[in-house]
Amino acid sequence: MADPRSNVDDPDSAVLAPVQVATDGPSDSPMANPTSAEPSVSAPVVPDAPDRPQAQIGDLVAGLYRLGEPIADTKAPDGPIEQKWTKRKFEAKLVNPANRRKLKVIIVGTGLAGASAAATLGEGGYHVTSFCYQDSPRRAHSIAAQGGINAAKNYQEDGDSVQRLFYDTVKGGDYRSRETNVYRLAEVSTNIIDQCVAQGVPFARDYGGLLDNRSFGGVQVSRTFYARGQTGQQLLIGAYQALERQVAAGTVTVHTRHEMLEVVVVDGKARGVIVRDMVTGEIETHLADAVVLASGGYGNVFFLSTNAMGCNVTASWRAHRKGAHFANPCYTQIHPTCIPVSGEHQSKLTLMSESLRNDGRIWVPKNREDCEKHPRDIPEDARDYYLERIYPAFGNLVPRDIASRQAKNVCDEGRGVGPKVGDFRRGVYLDFTEAIDRLGLAAVKSKYGNLFDMYARITGEDPYATPMRIYPAVHYTMGGLWVDYDLQSSIPGLFVTGEANFSDHGANRLGASALMQGLADGYFVLPNTIRDYLAAGPFENVESRPEVAEARADVQQRIKLLLEINGDRTVDSFHRELGHIMWEYCGMERSEEGLRKAVDLIRGLKAEFWRNVKVLGSGEELNQALERAGRVADFIELGELMCIDALHRRESCGGHFRTESQTEEGEALRHDDEYAYVAAWEWGGDDGDPVLHKEDLVYDFIELKQRSYK
Amino acid sequence: MNLTLRIWRQTAAATQGSFHTYQVDDISEDMSFLEMLDVLNERLTAKGEDPVAFDSDCREGICGTCGLMISGQAHGPEVTTTCQLHMRSFPDGDTITIEPWRADAFPVVKDLIVDRSAFDRIIQAGGYISVNTGAAPEAHSVPVPKAQADRAFDAATCISCGACVAACPNASGMLFMGAKVTHLAELPQGQPERAARVVKMVNQHDHEGFGGCTNIGECAGACPKEIPLDVISTLNHDLRKAMRHNPS
Ligand SMILES: Cc1cc2nc3c(=O)[nH]c(=O)nc-3n(C[C@H](O)[C@H](O)[C@H](O)COP(=O)(O)OP(=O)(O)OC[C@H]3O[C@@H](n4cnc5c(N)ncnc54)[C@H](O)[C@@H]3O)c2cc1C
Ligand code: SF4
Ligand code: FES
Repeated sequence: MADPRSNVDDPDSAVLAPVQVATDGPSDSPMANPTSAEPSVSAPVVPDAPDRPQAQIGDLVAGLYRLGEPIADTKAPDGPIEQKWTKRKFEAKLVNPANRRKLKVIIVGTGLAGASAAATLGEGGYHVTSFCYQDSPRRAHSIAAQGGINAAKNYQEDGDSVQRLFYDTVKGGDYRSRETNVYRLAEVSTNIIDQCVAQGVPFARDYGGLLDNRSFGGVQVSRTFYARGQTGQQLLIGAYQALERQVAAGTVTVHTRHEMLEVVVVDGKARGVIVRDMVTGEIETHLADAVVLASGGYGNVFFLSTNAMGCNVTASWRAHRKGAHFANPCYTQIHPTCIPVSGEHQSKLTLMSESLRNDGRIWVPKNREDCEKHPRDIPEDARDYYLERIYPAFGNLVPRDIASRQAKNVCDEGRGVGPKVGDFRRGVYLDFTEAIDRLGLAAVKSKYGNLFDMYARITGEDPYATPMRIYPAVHYTMGGLWVDYDLQSSIPGLFVTGEANFSDHGANRLGASALMQGLADGYFVLPNTIRDYLAAGPFENVESRPEVAEARADVQQRIKLLLEINGDRTVDSFHRELGHIMWEYCGMERSEEGLRKAVDLIRGLKAEFWRNVKVLGSGEELNQALERAGRVADFIELGELMCIDALHRRESCGGHFRTESQTEEGEALRHDDEYAYVAAWEWGGDDGDPVLHKEDLVYDFIELKQRSYK
Repeated sequence: MNLTLRIWRQTAAATQGSFHTYQVDDISEDMSFLEMLDVLNERLTAKGEDPVAFDSDCREGICGTCGLMISGQAHGPEVTTTCQLHMRSFPDGDTITIEPWRADAFPVVKDLIVDRSAFDRIIQAGGYISVNTGAAPEAHSVPVPKAQADRAFDAATCISCGACVAACPNASGMLFMGAKVTHLAELPQGQPERAARVVKMVNQHDHEGFGGCTNIGECAGACPKEIPLDVISTLNHDLRKAMRHNPS
């Protein structure tokens, strides 16, 4: 490792592939005029892709986006980084306990970020209303996280510290995250563990009864706390129980099976949300003094991902259209060890723990002709252990982004294994033969048994006898709504926490740091920063303001429109097609040409969607196709913005690999001189181009360096 | 594979439901059970027929959202969640009956979807440790013996799917509740509220309309997380003790 202070250059640290796109064009204009009685279904909805000016290479701006004023975070106080958070907490205004119950906060989302915030604000005496689309807050997608949560406790006396966790996280993010936010994350990480243990989260313990740690993905310190392979589940149950305790206490009201479909903005401030009761179809207006979005990530824009089926961008996207900047949309993390696609019917991809790469060897046949053979019939000298060959120092433990991209490369060369899906076999072997010889079958079973069982259940193959097959899959999105140090978006009174915001992970997310961020935001950061905003309240009653009725009418109009199209194609067929475009052109590897093509394809898809989607049933009932249709419509617009963002960022960083920006050896090449900024996109209107605001990333405490794994 | 599906259709809680029969052909054995239903729904939609409503989210066996009675068995023939059940578990040409969970405490919402919010209300009644954010002591100040930590963990893995209730002839929620009571009772942090917790949760459970446990054991047999039956013994033990000390 180049830098002795870092454990970042480790296999776990790499990752993402950014994806981003910009939207321009007329999106669904259905809401333009909420008062007009009869929406015309065919007319205004879609932009005409071919008529748009085509930008030339070298002239990215024309026809795709406009450049706006630079922006900056003005909330982080001056002074040494170690004192900023203490200072900010002290400076933030207080709210008298008697006034708190008069203040109303809406929180969309009950994952780690939302449930922890709702519970904490409820305990503080605020009046909280919370929403989730599942039937119980405990089912939020955070439940699926497996590996663990980082915290700088240094229980192992192996040299960990807040400073080191901070450093690792910034470096792991390939220097595209915001220093002040990341430092605070590392700082409060230790409190998270205390809080969770007190709630009864059953973390792994050693025989002395103390908490155990592991090093995640080969980092040099052991700072990852875990609860077998179900860390997210146990952390979420802790937060959920704290939330339900507040429900019983009457401080929090939870609305399950409710989907937020619009933000209410009055006088430039977020004052509420419009939601749909997913059982009765009723459209409800909920007003408050501040709104928090904790609605998770948007990886499902790719259709296939490790995310839950319901994960969506709607809450964020609706806020974006109302003025919240969307930052770094193209930054997507692709995880290398997932179970490959087995057929066109597939609805999701399953992650397998990265720990498998510690003992499994990754290979494909040297010759294409061997790809159909049984792996045991391919002799040793006809196998290409490509990671060990290209990266002898790190071998199979190279970072996630590198492992992912090389797997794609060998499959694109026609050397992939497993069933053909479309024209290609998309899989590589993860082989434990050598580990079984070396450690014995029993040892391998005790180490990885549950993962092997899971693999066997899903694929119907016995991984002890035949090597596993793996392939990269979309896993996490680092982009999200832009927030300042207070976690406030560019709409005053609209706060964004957890995976839905952009600030902490840069172009790449280290393992075990998303859970940390969700809980840091919800338990410790937001409750302190939002009070500074709320201290100016209670705010004027806005019930009778026209903006409220308009937001509601917009939602109703849009639903009506979706139901009236009555075309020929199912919602899922559009989602699948969008996913193919995104994965092909805005996935692990992006090129100027491919991204331009993607923008055109997505514009065409959008036009077709609004002309030809088929949604049966009515709005006044439980209607799952209608729910999905609204989400897919938003994903299409996001997809375009992701491609435009990816297009404008002509550098490779994190998992975002631009073919035009690589070293002679084919490795990712960052351009700090030109791109050390956050790209914060402003909605340009239904027929305008998105506006790019740059926030310069200033590294006062950490020196920028290139990553190298050779 | 080609299959005959008998599916319970019910437009809303208040309406009468009935079985409808669908023929689905060309199903790959690699599909999960829910992907098979996705395919059915795509085909129904294409024909202009209302797709079958069912719940799912993670599709990897951890969120507890999915859950169906499949030919009389909760989550189907394997001990796993419905989303992790694959079509290779069924013979080609099979007739499969698909119903929602049946229990008074879980009213049908639509087709195969039921309302399990009674579980949330049982947790609200006391299924937590009272600790405000910021009030927690240093995590290492309270060691937990490994054996207890492991048992707490095993009990904590319940995903709240409701299969135990659906499998039980009494529609009892005792396995679900026993899992939570045991998780918290095994930990030092859970002791202060231990007695009050169990009483409040059991009262809520009965109030919701779940039946009583008569030790049949179908619940543990159907549980995808293999929650052991003896969590119910822990629950009964705690309840007896709480009642003895604080009879009301
Ligand atoms: C398989 C898997 C494994 C992972 N493993 C790890 C790991 O080991 N370590 C780690 O640090 N991270 C891991 N991650 C990432 C991590 O789990 C997530 O980033 C994190 O949990 C996100 O939390 P969140 O609270 O921001 O959002 P979520 O948990 O996704 O919650 C979103 C909430 O918003 C609600 N919502 C969304 N849209 C709407 C709407 N329009 N209206 C109403 N409600 C809405 C949902 O109902 C839900 O309650 C993993 C992710 C996956 C997929
Ligand atoms: S005890 Fe088992 S069957 Fe019952 S809800 Fe929990 S996981 Fe499901
Ligand atoms: S969908 Fe989550 S457990 Fe089946």
